[in-house]
Amino acid sequence: MYAIVVMINVGIFVLLALSLNIITGYAGQPNIGQGAFFGIGAYTGAVLTGKFGIYFWLAMPFAAIITGFIGFFLGLISIRIKEDFLAIVTIALNFIVAAVFQNVEFFGAAMGLSVPPPNWFGESLSYQGYLTIIIILIILVVIFSKWIEKSWLGMALGAIRNNEMAADSLGIDTKKFKIMAFVIGTSIAGLTGVVYAHYMTFIMASDFGFLTSVTILSMVILGGNNTIRGPIIGAVILGLIPEVFRFISDYRLLVYAGILILMIRFQPSGLLGDDSFVWNKLKLLKASLGRRRGA
Amino acid sequence: MFLQQLLNSIAIGSVYALTSMGATLIYGILGILDIANAGAYVLGAYLGLLFYSLTGNIIISFAAAMATTGLLGILIQKYVYRPLLSQPAYIPLIASIGIFIFIENVIRLIAGPTIKQFTVKLPFSNLDYANLHINNVWVLIFIVALILMFLLWYLLKMTKIGLAWRATSQDLDIAKTMGINTNKVISLNFFLGYSFAASAGILIGILYNSIYPTMGSVVSYKMLAIIVLGGLGNPFGTVIAALLIGFIETMVGAYIGFFIPRNAIAFVALVIILLISPKGLFTQKSRI
Repeated sequence: MYAIVVMINVGIFVLLALSLNIITGYAGQPNIGQGAFFGIGAYTGAVLTGKFGIYFWLAMPFAAIITGFIGFFLGLISIRIKEDFLAIVTIALNFIVAAVFQNVEFFGAAMGLSVPPPNWFGESLSYQGYLTIIIILIILVVIFSKWIEKSWLGMALGAIRNNEMAADSLGIDTKKFKIMAFVIGTSIAGLTGVVYAHYMTFIMASDFGFLTSVTILSMVILGGNNTIRGPIIGAVILGLIPEVFRFISDYRLLVYAGILILMIRFQPSGLLGDDSFVWNKLKLLKASLGRRRGA
Repeated sequence: MFLQQLLNSIAIGSVYALTSMGATLIYGILGILDIANAGAYVLGAYLGLLFYSLTGNIIISFAAAMATTGLLGILIQKYVYRPLLSQPAYIPLIASIGIFIFIENVIRLIAGPTIKQFTVKLPFSNLDYANLHINNVWVLIFIVALILMFLLWYLLKMTKIGLAWRATSQDLDIAKTMGINTNKVISLNFFLGYSFAASAGILIGILYNSIYPTMGSVVSYKMLAIIVLGGLGNPFGTVIAALLIGFIETMVGAYIGFFIPRNAIAFVALVIILLISPKGLFTQKSRI
């Protein structure tokens, strides 16, 4: 039981890290506010099922669309405001969104919002059920990310990441592709939010604050930005640290911060990033294995 | 009434200016968004209280806390930031967030999570003039802010060190080839940046008569709003932006009221202003 709960928690972070990777990795746009979109999805889902009585399964795509719609506006902003300024705007958006949830009566204000458990053929969804949903979502998002990497969209985003002005001058519609990256990345986070809200059955504004966004970003960077394996391994490591160090609960955050600093300091391109120590070693290993098999 | 609110806003704005100056100086020279500066703010407040309880002299405590925090700044830039300079900007940003959480937790574990009182006997009392009320801590804030800002201005514009500093902020590599010891300049920059934040922490601690380990969390992002508004790395712009944010917060809070809390107002203002002027209010070619 405990193992399943931990796996669900880690799985949610894996989804969030993969969603952010589309924005910070593929498109190379800074975003320290992904927690806000996670929250928008969670609150939209909670309001749809709790206040309007819509099915959980319908609420998922609805909430994803609404979150993506708000992500669209962040995409519009990213056309005008760039780089470090954009990074701060995402922090600001995160703060404003959290403040709205914290203070508007409709969203439960400081009391939080309780969410009705969804139906699964007349029974409420079990933890195993949530884990299955999350694993299916992860597989879908990985396949989708792989598709992006190979598609026109991925190539255009790569051009934007490397040099936006050059991409523009080559006739790539940078505005369109940037907005697309923001819409896709944020709507996946929104989808994750719906699952999270129903799994927790109770959400509060502080679940989706600045610290959440920083955690998601750390997972992507720590694992290896702009790869699929990186965000997954980053989310698993940073998601497990609180569980592994549960026995020293008071020092948990200290250990977490310490590991974060050390890993960033000594492996800035991420643990499994394209240029990292571990990944280079793995590639060498793979090459030598391949040679042996060929001989 | 309006005059009173204006005074409030200037007092708050002055503290904001001191708080964000460190981050501005660091961005100006290295291009790093240094959230760990908010950690220096908390550390400064705690060290200030420690030295005050040891010596009983507020001037000595200010100097000692600022110097100690400044030394920490030198260590951080030497062992964490400088090796990460060739990386994209978000790498040092994540490191700085890690450092901030680290400092916060070290303080919480050593000093305890509860609120500590910071009561200081000042040599001057509250001033009351007609309807105006001037808190004696405000006077202290004005004095400290003016002294530090004057020192910074003098250092940057009137001395040879300032010249080297400005050269380094324009182009680190070229400054290095011209024989400037850029490492020393960066060290001095971090020393000043962290000690400024420390002074702001002490002032806020005295003003609200309380310090606690999480007192830097709101500061960490509000500081970012202010330095961005000031044009990222522009000390003069930062002072104006700090006063402006203090003014907007006070006035919106006092006259309009808002459905979101005071701390979020700064961010609404930030987003609106950035949409109008995408590089902040005060952009200039040379950053310092």
